[in-house]
Amino acid sequence: MGALLADVAAWFGDSANWTGAAGVPNRVLEHLQYSIVPILLALLIAVPIGAAVGHSGRGGFLVVGVANGMRSLPELGVLTILVTFMSVGLLPVTIALLILAIPPLLAGTYAGVSNVDRAVVDAARGMGMTEPEILTKVELPNALPLIIGGLRTATLQVIATAAIAAFVGVDGLGRILFSGLAVRDYTRMAAGALLIAVLALLADAALAALQRLIVSPGLRTSTSSRRRAVVAPAQPEQLPQSRSTTPEPELARS
Amino acid sequence: MIEFRGVTKRFPDGTVAVDALDLAVEDGKITVFVGPSGCGKTTSLRMINRMVELTGGTILIDGSDIMAGDAAQLRRGIGYVIQQSGLFPHRSILDNVATVPLLLGWGKRKARERATELMELVGLSPEMAQRYPAQLSGGQQQRVGVARALAADPPILLMDEPFSAVDPVVRENLQDELLRLQSELGKTIVFVTHDIDEAVKLGDKVAVFRTGGLLAQYDEPGHLLARPADDFVDGFVGRDRGYRGLGFLSANGLPVGELSTVGSGATGDQVREAARDGWTLVVSDAGHPLGWVQVGQALSGPVDTDALIAGGSLYDTEADSLRGALDAALSSPSGLGVAVDASGAVVGSVRAADVLAALATARRDEAAA
Ligand SMILES: Nc1ncnc2c1ncn2[C@@H]1O[C@H](COP(=O)(O)OP(=O)(O)OP(=O)(O)O)[C@@H](O)[C@H]1O
Ligand SMILES: [Mg+2]
Repeated sequence: MGALLADVAAWFGDSANWTGAAGVPNRVLEHLQYSIVPILLALLIAVPIGAAVGHSGRGGFLVVGVANGMRSLPELGVLTILVTFMSVGLLPVTIALLILAIPPLLAGTYAGVSNVDRAVVDAARGMGMTEPEILTKVELPNALPLIIGGLRTATLQVIATAAIAAFVGVDGLGRILFSGLAVRDYTRMAAGALLIAVLALLADAALAALQRLIVSPGLRTSTSSRRRAVVAPAQPEQLPQSRSTTPEPELARS
Repeated sequence: MIEFRGVTKRFPDGTVAVDALDLAVEDGKITVFVGPSGCGKTTSLRMINRMVELTGGTILIDGSDIMAGDAAQLRRGIGYVIQQSGLFPHRSILDNVATVPLLLGWGKRKARERATELMELVGLSPEMAQRYPAQLSGGQQQRVGVARALAADPPILLMDEPFSAVDPVVRENLQDELLRLQSELGKTIVFVTHDIDEAVKLGDKVAVFRTGGLLAQYDEPGHLLARPADDFVDGFVGRDRGYRGLGFLSANGLPVGELSTVGSGATGDQVREAARDGWTLVVSDAGHPLGWVQVGQALSGPVDTDALIAGGSLYDTEADSLRGALDAALSSPSGLGVAVDASGAVVGSVRAADVLAALATARRDEAAA
């Protein structure tokens, strides 16, 4: 163990590992690039759907079902199928990571929006906010802790899983890990794994800082802002009951 | 004026919450909807700002049908206060209050200036402006809710049990504040409560609902207490309604009798001389009552102001009703109620028998009228 640590340290100390296309900086950039695209796409897909369903209160079971279904898909299996039908390359990797990123964001946005205090939404509507105004000025700002929680989960998983890109001929930090595996070079494997872990943690720290920056201080006083969307699926199942006890605010005839 | 014409609400599950309601809410007055739980008060209120869609009849505001325009537009012109305050947790108190002005496109600065004025009006200190709702007490939150509803100066204010989640002392406080505000602003207020005492205290007119959204009686609070329309209303207004009804009878013309008083430095002899029926009232230099002395007490030296017998409630001759006068008489140890003027100085005494005589006169006058 001590020997491995020393070897890994030596690997990081070797300037040859820091230059060129196979160098650490370039692999980190590639890895980030492979990760950011599916995360952004997932945000574009999951947040609007989660918000719309959370706002309307209809179709919640569908969202939870889809999210859980996608969560249970094995990434490597998905990737293999995609590669079989498409070809090797970045596209199947992006799709596989997208499937990974959507569930926590969808569940987080849905739970965040639908858990906003009904009295608060009622007051917003009663003061004359239109439905889009209620969503953007009240529900989404209040859902932000859970949305960012979902984003953090998605980011961690995507960065960790993006290593599989190297399986299908794309690079990234996975390349370091798998090229080590191919020649049983445990030092290189450990270095690759370590880089992936550090990158994931740094990304999480950056999102935590973002969370502190954009979540209203008013939401921090009462509840922890580190709630994660991973707990979300349990909540929507209770929702139909908790809703029916308070009279549903009716939408105006239009 | 808000006018309900044959208004019915049948929910999709078949519940008829309000049934053919006819009612006219007067401008510039507080109209209270009161009744047992589930009788349709909230539903009736929320139909006014279309938070609940009516399924029959019409509601007119100043003669125009509320269904004619856009719902959000209608609501921006109607203040709305609810029991759970419904403040936006993510916005500062100032920005909560500025909500409707901002929706109306006033511009941030003007909206915040207005919000600052409103906070002062409802008695919130300026330090609260930058706090968030979770950092406020329940009573403070309700004040913010009222300020927020009034921010764009709507002519109508709808309030659904706004004070029922706070403790009784704070509630009474908020009720008094609302009456003070209303005397300044003269809004058309519709106020929902299930508490008949609150209804009677706040309402210029009280609508008592019975289950099924039927109107049992719509009357001034004094009449409601004096002449309940039927057994349901009688039962609902509750015990002591005769006594509470005195609160709506003016004490004008109630005779104020003499009262023996001595200064706080009086000697035992002076007290014995001044006393009537064994009692005399000790007053301060400004004429404010300090307490009673009974002649039977061992009166050796001068009056000991620490050993006085506490008096009862005071009857303010300029502001109180017959109820205040009767309570002063009943709660006084000597049987003589202490009457004071607006400054709190003693002006004389009032007897329970005189209050009852005044009540009899008031009844006779009313029957004749
Ligand atoms: N969304 C709804 N769907 C079905 N029935 C409803 C709905 N909202 C209210 N009701 C029913 O309509 C009736 C009147 O309800 P409402 O809320 O107006 O009563 P309330 O007088 O305000 O009572 P409370 O004092 O308990 O607030 C009740 O029987 C209630 O169960
Ligand atoms: Mg109600």
